[in-house]
Amino acid sequence: MLSTGKKLIFYVLLIISALLLAGPALMAIVMSFMTNQDILTGSLPTTFTFDNYIAAFERLPFLHFLFNSLIVSMLITLGQLTLSALAAYAFVFLEFKGRDFLFFLFIATMMVPFEASVIPNFHTIRNLGWIDSYAGLTVPFFATTFGTFLLRQNFKQIPKELREASLIAGMGDFRFFLSVVLPVSRTSLVTLGIYGFLTSWNMYLWPLLASTNETVRTIQIGLKQLQTQEQLNQWGVMMAGAVIVIIPTLLLLFLGQKKLQKGLTEGAVK
Amino acid sequence: MSQIDLINIAKSYDKQKDVLNGIDLSIEEGEFFVLVGPSGSGKSTLLRMIAGLEEISGGVLKINGQTVNHLPPKDRNLSMVFQNYALYPHLSVKENILFGLKGRKVEKQEQMRRLHDAVEMLGLQDLLKRKPRELSGGQRQRVALGRAVVSHAPLCLMDEPLSNLDAKLRANMRVEIRRLQKKLGLTMVYVTHDQVEAMTMGDRIMVLNDGKIQQIGKPITLYNEPENLFVASFIGSPKINLGSAVFSENAKHLIIEDELHIPVDPAVFHHIPKDRKLTVGIRAEHLEPCLAKKENMYKLEAVNVEQLGNETLIAFEVGSELWTAKWPGQWQIEFGQKVLVQMKPENLLFFDADSGELIKSAELETSQGAVTV
Repeated sequence: MLSTGKKLIFYVLLIISALLLAGPALMAIVMSFMTNQDILTGSLPTTFTFDNYIAAFERLPFLHFLFNSLIVSMLITLGQLTLSALAAYAFVFLEFKGRDFLFFLFIATMMVPFEASVIPNFHTIRNLGWIDSYAGLTVPFFATTFGTFLLRQNFKQIPKELREASLIAGMGDFRFFLSVVLPVSRTSLVTLGIYGFLTSWNMYLWPLLASTNETVRTIQIGLKQLQTQEQLNQWGVMMAGAVIVIIPTLLLLFLGQKKLQKGLTEGAVK
Repeated sequence: MSQIDLINIAKSYDKQKDVLNGIDLSIEEGEFFVLVGPSGSGKSTLLRMIAGLEEISGGVLKINGQTVNHLPPKDRNLSMVFQNYALYPHLSVKENILFGLKGRKVEKQEQMRRLHDAVEMLGLQDLLKRKPRELSGGQRQRVALGRAVVSHAPLCLMDEPLSNLDAKLRANMRVEIRRLQKKLGLTMVYVTHDQVEAMTMGDRIMVLNDGKIQQIGKPITLYNEPENLFVASFIGSPKINLGSAVFSENAKHLIIEDELHIPVDPAVFHHIPKDRKLTVGIRAEHLEPCLAKKENMYKLEAVNVEQLGNETLIAFEVGSELWTAKWPGQWQIEFGQKVLVQMKPENLLFFDADSGELIKSAELETSQGAVTV
């Protein structure tokens, strides 16, 4: 046990660092409820107002952007889960020539940063006529090395005997995949799902490139528009927008935190 | 008829050294056949080849007279029990048992009937709703057996199914598996590295070492007439006592480990070549305490004594070897004490020291073998 004095010091330090970390977020939340005068004069809030939120929704089709973000994130999540699970299954349970080589090649693509592939990707979706469509926003992200790698490591822990027992019972690959592999590794699937959802929710560069109007534009770009449309930035409105945007992230994080940790560390420690 | 024929079966990985070579074997219908050998001897590989989980590199495998070399596992009509039981962790006991039947499109009513029978036979009534992780080792084992039972396959393969259980449970399950096999009339191929399991369960045993068949036969034949040194030392517990031996120059004595001089009795020794290096073996129960007859006696130094209650194991130093004697009852013997031991020459097994082949096995006391009521 720590002595009381030491404990006190530790807790003070912890509180300070917690404030430092959470400070900006707290400030954003407080500011979203303040009037513009209060913000610009740098005083403490004198009144409590929802005007900023109302303004945010009035100025832009905020709900529409939110809806777009939801659709895009969900499509990407589903696409990633499907493709990585199938690819991981092939890398673990199917035996074919050059499998390991192919896997290493696959892993090697992790070294290519996303920004490097932006231009070719853009050419591709433009040629396909996918600009300003959900397909253009989502399909380039379906294949994920990280997801395949994560699931492969997880599938590898499934005893080989399970596959053999199912072979003797006369079960094909696809049924084994659906009725054994997926349920057994659902923790990792949830982890990957949350990870994929959050990443695509926060995406900025690609949606900006792949959309030219408001039909499929996502919320992150909407936020940016709040900032630049005015001569004098209305900080209160922007903060209100930001708070709305982080709500789904926080929700997912609180709900899935346990699973996320479990999934990411699974296999790392026995 | 469920009969397995292996004709000159071989297995090699990546065209390198053979893991299995020249395996000729046929297994009769309704037989409990045990494959036994040390780890790495290829016994599991052979079993997996019969199951169709491992490719056959050479030779012909026949089931029911049909060549099945390239038949997928599901068409071979067999069931298999794995060492780690291979239970699906996300399914309940009931779903685990029925899993295979769903794939085979067995009718719902028939499924329930088979489930009911299997559950009753194995005493799993109260566990049907549990998940595998909520079961003890023995219970998991039973579920795995249940899966084999409901499949109604005439051929059952088992790969060291008892090695994860503790000793007491293992003895229990041995009896249960044996009973199940007889009751259902299954043809069983059972892999184990435990020679006690092999001896107690098998109708016939095949001893494998280094991918080669050492001997095939009834358990008692393997014990009494091992064809070579490997089988002799592998089968039997405690291990057979071995020692190198030569004949003295005038062929009057057999000298074991430069220590024991055994007078040559022509009736016993007449088939033994006198000019070769030999290895002799004697089972622990044939190093007897000296009671009535004062012949064939040798004074040996006891170096360890194990009291088991109903019998006593005494270790003696003979030259460079440690020999074990098994005496019925309880004997008070001190460490280092010189003990008189009786060793009859007719109980000796003779092996060629170079090739390891058996030259002469022990003469059986027929009086014990022929008790009928």
